[in-house]
Amino acid sequence: MKFKGKAWVAGDDIDTDQIYHGQYLPLTDPHEMAKHAMEYVPGMDNFPREAKKGDIVVAGKNFGTGSSREHAVLCLQYLGVSCVVAQSFSRIFFRNAVNLGYPVIECPGIAGRVKTGDVIEVDDESGLVTSVATGASVQGVPPSGLEKEIAGSGGLLEFLKKKSPEELAQL
Amino acid sequence: MGLTFAEKLLAAKAGEARVRPGQIIEASPDVAMSHDNAGLVITQFKRIGVDRVWDPSKIVIPLDHRVPAESTKTANAHKMIREFVKAQGITAFYDVREGVCHQVMVEKAHVLPGALALGTDSHTTSYGCVAAFGTGIGATEMAAVWATGKLWLRVPESIRVDAAGGFPDMVYPKDLILYLVGRLGVEGANYCSVEFHGPAVAAMGIPGRFTLCNLAMEMGAKNAVVPYDRVTGDFLNGIGAGHGTAFLPDGDAEYVRKEICDVSRLAPQVACPHSVDNVRPVEEVAGKKIDQVVLGSCTNGRIEDLEVAAAIISGKRIHPDVRMLVVPASRTILLEAMKCGAIQKLVEAGAVLVNPGCGPCLGAHEGILGDGEVCLASTNRNFKGRMGSRTSEVYLASPATVAASALTGKITDPRRVG
Repeated sequence: MKFKGKAWVAGDDIDTDQIYHGQYLPLTDPHEMAKHAMEYVPGMDNFPREAKKGDIVVAGKNFGTGSSREHAVLCLQYLGVSCVVAQSFSRIFFRNAVNLGYPVIECPGIAGRVKTGDVIEVDDESGLVTSVATGASVQGVPPSGLEKEIAGSGGLLEFLKKKSPEELAQL
Repeated sequence: MGLTFAEKLLAAKAGEARVRPGQIIEASPDVAMSHDNAGLVITQFKRIGVDRVWDPSKIVIPLDHRVPAESTKTANAHKMIREFVKAQGITAFYDVREGVCHQVMVEKAHVLPGALALGTDSHTTSYGCVAAFGTGIGATEMAAVWATGKLWLRVPESIRVDAAGGFPDMVYPKDLILYLVGRLGVEGANYCSVEFHGPAVAAMGIPGRFTLCNLAMEMGAKNAVVPYDRVTGDFLNGIGAGHGTAFLPDGDAEYVRKEICDVSRLAPQVACPHSVDNVRPVEEVAGKKIDQVVLGSCTNGRIEDLEVAAAIISGKRIHPDVRMLVVPASRTILLEAMKCGAIQKLVEAGAVLVNPGCGPCLGAHEGILGDGEVCLASTNRNFKGRMGSRTSEVYLASPATVAASALTGKITDPRRVG
């Protein structure tokens, strides 16, 4: 799938408390959760209010470091951020995103190539990230077979639900 | 070429003779742990359309993050979890009284050497202290594990740390691991299995090994381990548990990185805001004024930690401008600390005793920081605003440094407190 949207650029090592602070973990209402997305990222206080559906987060290295909380993925998904492109992802955040059917694109060469406000296009199948204004593009890492299969189903639960009870028993 | 701990263990779990880093395997966990976030796991589990969990005897649920419940939302989530465990026949359920999940898992022998343990918590890496393979996953993935009893894992590359020498006075395993996180960086071990070896580790008890494996997460480790040895065996005998299976890495195993350090030359270390790899020797940050100290957590809330702090603080007064919070990692530890007098000494000196659990570590309750406040904690994370206000700061150190600083009201080198 291709996503086109306005980029919000965040730095390196954006941790799970910055993306979704621990104090909000008991929240379950998607609308309430979305209100706190990226709230603790320095300089991005306005993000939950100003980010529009379809916008894209572009981050540095090790995005999502820290806790195993899925809320860090869900708050972005619920806010309508279409995908996250990062130089690299922390292990559990990446795995959670795949399992929740949320597109995340690892793109080691993205640093310094996009600034906040640029409109970019992201192809989550090929891993290609393109600036709409200049046409310049950076090649990211395309998803592996299993990632593709789970993500293509819309996440791990949908992937399992597609299976018959017999197939589930075989798993 | 020989095999690492992770390669040997995962090959056995996958039923294969040999696995290599990068390979995707399917395995069934020996134990699956969830804490308060079991609420979210249950919600996701119900969406799959399977009625019963795959094996109720392999699921462990200790409530620890917000205990006793700090809000109606949490109270209702806890209530749902209690109902679910009863309905599913999950007997290894520990209600709000028992302590931090990771401590409970080790203490109650839910993880044994050679176990593949999954937890919906990043610090599940801690189980390497008893030579198990512990790794953190998200709630949705755990729901799938509850339904199917299986998950996929990528076989990790391994990093080998060799620690030699004896620890100097007032220098502890916490200082060693903070030093290593500082050296490798917060993504220095991302996706990797970290093995701890060497004489300094061989001489270390399970509590110190717990601290190492717990904080290895802060360099991104998928799992961390101190391979099975006599110390592991003695500990398991002590708690009346079996010895599991010892997976010992081969001498010629292949590592992507090797680190060697001599702990006898190590000074107390402090991780400064707002990243766990922002580590400096205590001398460089000594004098920083603090408002709160936290002694406890799954990182450093064990009896040895409380005793070290009590010995430093005994007979003295905590600085009047400092709130000292003491959070034993479990009920068992609290009872021990009451018996040995550590709690008496700490409370007499002015400390506030908080019930066993995660306490203020994740900024949920029981000691939130106000605007601009500074905390020195024996916990594992100092992310921006982690313990409360986004303008607050958290520094991380050993229980000894925490105790010494509680007396002076500023970050203090424990070697200088007589």
